[in-house]
Amino acid sequence: MSAYVAKRLATAIATLVLASMVVFAVLEILPGDPARLMLGMNASADQLQLLRDQMGLNAPLPWRYLHWAGGLLSLDFGRSYTYSVPVIDLVRERLAVSLPLALIALALSTVIAIPVGLFSAGRRGRAGDTLAMGTAQLGVAIPNFWFALMLIYVFAVWLRLVPAGGFPGWSAGAWQALRSLLLPALALALPQAAILARVTRSALIEVLNEDYIRTARAKGLPYRAVLWRHALRNAMIPVLTILGLQFAFLLAGTIIIENVFYLPGLGRLVFQAITQRDLIVVESVVMLLVAAVIAVNLIVDLSYAIIDPRLRNRQ
Amino acid sequence: MTVHPDIPRETVTGILARSFRNGAFVAGFVITILVLATAIVSYFWTPYDVTRLVISDKIQAPSAAHWFGTDHFGRDILSMIMVGARNSIAVALIAVGIGMGIGVPLGAFAAARGGLVDEVLMRINDLVFAFPALLSAIMITAIFGPGAVNAIIAIGIFNIPVFARVARAGALAIWPREFILAARAAGKTSTQITVEHVLPNIATLLLVQGTIQFALAILAEAGLSYLGLGAQPPLPSWGRMLFDAQTRMVVAPWMAIFPGMAIVISVLGLNLLGDGIADILDPKSRRRR
Repeated sequence: MSAYVAKRLATAIATLVLASMVVFAVLEILPGDPARLMLGMNASADQLQLLRDQMGLNAPLPWRYLHWAGGLLSLDFGRSYTYSVPVIDLVRERLAVSLPLALIALALSTVIAIPVGLFSAGRRGRAGDTLAMGTAQLGVAIPNFWFALMLIYVFAVWLRLVPAGGFPGWSAGAWQALRSLLLPALALALPQAAILARVTRSALIEVLNEDYIRTARAKGLPYRAVLWRHALRNAMIPVLTILGLQFAFLLAGTIIIENVFYLPGLGRLVFQAITQRDLIVVESVVMLLVAAVIAVNLIVDLSYAIIDPRLRNRQ
Repeated sequence: MTVHPDIPRETVTGILARSFRNGAFVAGFVITILVLATAIVSYFWTPYDVTRLVISDKIQAPSAAHWFGTDHFGRDILSMIMVGARNSIAVALIAVGIGMGIGVPLGAFAAARGGLVDEVLMRINDLVFAFPALLSAIMITAIFGPGAVNAIIAIGIFNIPVFARVARAGALAIWPREFILAARAAGKTSTQITVEHVLPNIATLLLVQGTIQFALAILAEAGLSYLGLGAQPPLPSWGRMLFDAQTRMVVAPWMAIFPGMAIVISVLGLNLLGDGIADILDPKSRRRR
């Protein structure tokens, strides 16, 4: 068990370090001088030189990488060129929108998908299963931003139940804030729920063919109990794998969805920073998202061992 | 066609007959052919010229003259969707081609060599997977400039590790088989074995993954052009049409509804086709049914 954990941890850290090198290198070879960007075209050579020194842009490359990476570790991301505030403040402010959004979407997707998967697997090949899987097939094909537009049309323009976009901030009260996150979360969750429902169903069907399921049924357990207690637990590994992968999709999805709903989140921040060439913000947010993806996948891998005791003794 | 050396080989007519009894395959096949046909027809004929702006016809609801209505420049939505299909298909097809063309040889090579080569290639794979694909695609297109070509490259790059992984996993399952051992004993090199025996046996797997990635690439292209990073105006693209529709949702919902449906139908068709092929050619799923 501990060897397994140590190996996975080492791989995750190695991937993270390599990823940080890639991000640093890519943004380093980009054209454009940050000092020039801040001072404008009329700056003198002396002024430029002074600012470049202050910003540490004249230091040798490896030293700059270490300085930057060290900063990331101590949560000192530097200052944004365009906003002139510390990047960490920007990130903290935007995370207050994006994190709840992603978590609500993940929760919605799980809450929709697992029961649908159970329902379908239990009625395999019958009308209910065909209908549910047909709907899931459709859900997979729907682009989340188009679904978002349709949701806005129905629930905001037509029924006027929720705002069409924007975010009042948490200071306006939790209910008001949650109301404006509802449609974006739904738009993010639906295509993911469709994928997850399909995976849950096929994982369950695979498990339901196993001998121990027949044994459980033979000893007189009701079908529902077998499905929930025996089958679902054993089908959790593929389901968790997909959940982990979906986290990356959800993070990337927030970039488009936050643009659709004009939400001041991390996705919109990074999109605007890319178009404005605010590289410090871009590299910090990208690293943060990459770290989140790696961390979630690590957690998923480690939770395999908790769910499936057989994996604990391997290696 | 896939060769399963362990089970008796099926005739082509047998497979065809089974294909036409598979609902998902038939539906997916018909939809995909229709979408392709729409794109091809648009080269010769569209109801209206998509580059001509007729301001007097702007924002018209669907009618006999304009089946899907018109946009804010008076352009015919149906014609734009037809021409947009070209863009979506071209971008997705080339992007998947890049992914397959580079990913499959890499994956097959990793499986054939094993050891350090395999380990290094798979770690690079992990690295690419750590970056949310859409985020990196946005970065690539924003840095190198928006446009169809950069969208292709951005989407293509993230198809490489997917195909590498699938090809490697498939090849690893083939290598321990007896007929590979026989080929080895016959003195064939690992490259020859990969080309002659391993690749034909994982072709189904790659075909199925190909249709899935094709569908995902259409979705990714739509997302990029929605953000203004895909094909540039005046060339119509489905994502761009949705962007234009967004601020006019209240007065012209048809501007959003029809391009979105075009995306959904194309992606649905490809996914059904992939599911169908997997069902038909996978002997395991045949037994299970």
